[in-house]
Amino acid sequence: MVSTTHFLVLGAILFTIGTVGVIIRRNVIIMFMCVELMLNAVNLTFLAFARHFNQIDAQIFVFFVMTVAAAEAAVGLALIVQLARRTNSVDIDQADTMKW
Amino acid sequence: MDINYTALLPEIILSVAGIVLMLLIPFVPKESQPKLGYVGLVGILLAFCALVLQWEGERGLAFFDMVFQDNFANFSKLLFLLSVGAITATSMHYLEQDRLLKAEYFCLLLFSTVGMCLMAASADLIMTFLGIEILSISTYVLAGYRSSEMKSTESALKYFILGAFSTAFLLYGVAFVYGATGTTKYLQISRAISDMDSYPVFLLLGVGFMIVGFGFKAAFVPFHVWTPDVYEGAPIPITAHLAVASKAAAVVAFLRILFQVVPDLSLQWQQLLWISAVLTMLIGNIAALTQSNIKRMLAYSSIAHAGYLLVGLTANSTMGAQGVLFYLMAYAFMNLGAFTVVQLVARRGEANVEIKDYAGLGFKYPLLSLALSVFIVSLAGIPLTAGFTGKLFLFSAAIQQGMYWLVVIAVVASAIGIYYYIRVLVFMYMREPEGEIESVGIPGVARIVILIMVLGTLYLGILPGSVLKMASEAVNF
Repeated sequence: MVSTTHFLVLGAILFTIGTVGVIIRRNVIIMFMCVELMLNAVNLTFLAFARHFNQIDAQIFVFFVMTVAAAEAAVGLALIVQLARRTNSVDIDQADTMKW
Repeated sequence: MDINYTALLPEIILSVAGIVLMLLIPFVPKESQPKLGYVGLVGILLAFCALVLQWEGERGLAFFDMVFQDNFANFSKLLFLLSVGAITATSMHYLEQDRLLKAEYFCLLLFSTVGMCLMAASADLIMTFLGIEILSISTYVLAGYRSSEMKSTESALKYFILGAFSTAFLLYGVAFVYGATGTTKYLQISRAISDMDSYPVFLLLGVGFMIVGFGFKAAFVPFHVWTPDVYEGAPIPITAHLAVASKAAAVVAFLRILFQVVPDLSLQWQQLLWISAVLTMLIGNIAALTQSNIKRMLAYSSIAHAGYLLVGLTANSTMGAQGVLFYLMAYAFMNLGAFTVVQLVARRGEANVEIKDYAGLGFKYPLLSLALSVFIVSLAGIPLTAGFTGKLFLFSAAIQQGMYWLVVIAVVASAIGIYYYIRVLVFMYMREPEGEIESVGIPGVARIVILIMVLGTLYLGILPGSVLKMASEAVNF
């Protein structure tokens, strides 16, 4: 039997990997994927709690999160394409025209 | 539980106006696209009428208990509509001047307003999340609207990555709060918390994560690093939108959560906010001292102002909340006014936004400079202006709670702030211009906006009574 705690721990691990990834990686696409990983960790946490409470509310929340993530991906990828067109790379360090 | 669409009438009108505008875009020739802003203005005006109609209407929950229908929501919506109306009006000239002939701009502005209204009225964490995302996704696009400029793309990209990152934190917090209480509805969460004898780790972690998420959106230190870059690179009207309306929405939603969802945890969150308030005021004001670009200076100044708002939140009293709402209104008038002038002085491609470009402006354009002086003086917090009365209410709320140190630091920070605000005035009135001052065209709409903002700034400074009364009714949860 897989308990709620297992799911929560997995969620926490995924969330941490995502957070660290956003901070240390310089490739915008990978940073974006790490954000998506964080959102999925959140979804997993929600589902674990929903199963624990035997409720449906949180499952609906997960649908909203997925929909919003899709909308965000559309905007985010468009911005990344724009960066790539301009600098021929997807390295976030290319975007450094403004400093302090 | 029922639908009760009237509670959401302003939001519905704004959404419909946005969709109608989108449908009109293909039928309008390229050159007159910026004129479509008038359609947006009509939508905002209609939403405003709907808001006035329900001002005295029924109170309570609506839309399947997802939104509150109360004075707090109404006050916030009034603030958002005012701010977005001013931004839409001044954007038309900006889009024409910078040859950004695409009217989707106004749709996105309208949709972002819908998001803000939902955030302010939300009675459920799902709705709060949706409101934040409707606002954020629209503003990511708007920040990158000058797509031919690297700066603008960079600004949008940074805003996007950090915005999405902070949303993930917020959501993780929501998940934990749900795990601790078994519900996402504001009132049920607060009831569940007040029934607890001891607070589970989940709950504290969840609230902590949510504070981080809101801290990002409202640019509280240490979550402010994105602000200067995003504000500098975004188109000027959008910078105003981010600095005023978007920040106000985050603060308002945060305030409702602190006061209506987790009031029982106030001992814990007050300490966090105290630290953040001190850092935000000091870092915002000190970093602004060395800025040469006026947009970037106003960005740091907006961080500092978020710090003053935090003082009101930290006070955790009705008076503090009332001060926050009043200050948001005052801040909207003075900051929108300042950004409008900055936008008029700027040339195509956003040239002329350095503070030295303002040298000698006071003699060539006395009225425009006078207006900017009023806004700057108010931002600095000199008496008889909105900025001063606003700060007075915030700081006296903190004193009433015995937070003397916080107020001492706040006063010192505002004193530091006066220096960089006055520097703009010195340049305008006491320096010789380096070359010929370029002529500034001031369209009629912008004149009206500036006039309203000047009157608002002075009115709130001299006769704060009526707005203060509105704010005090609004925080009566």
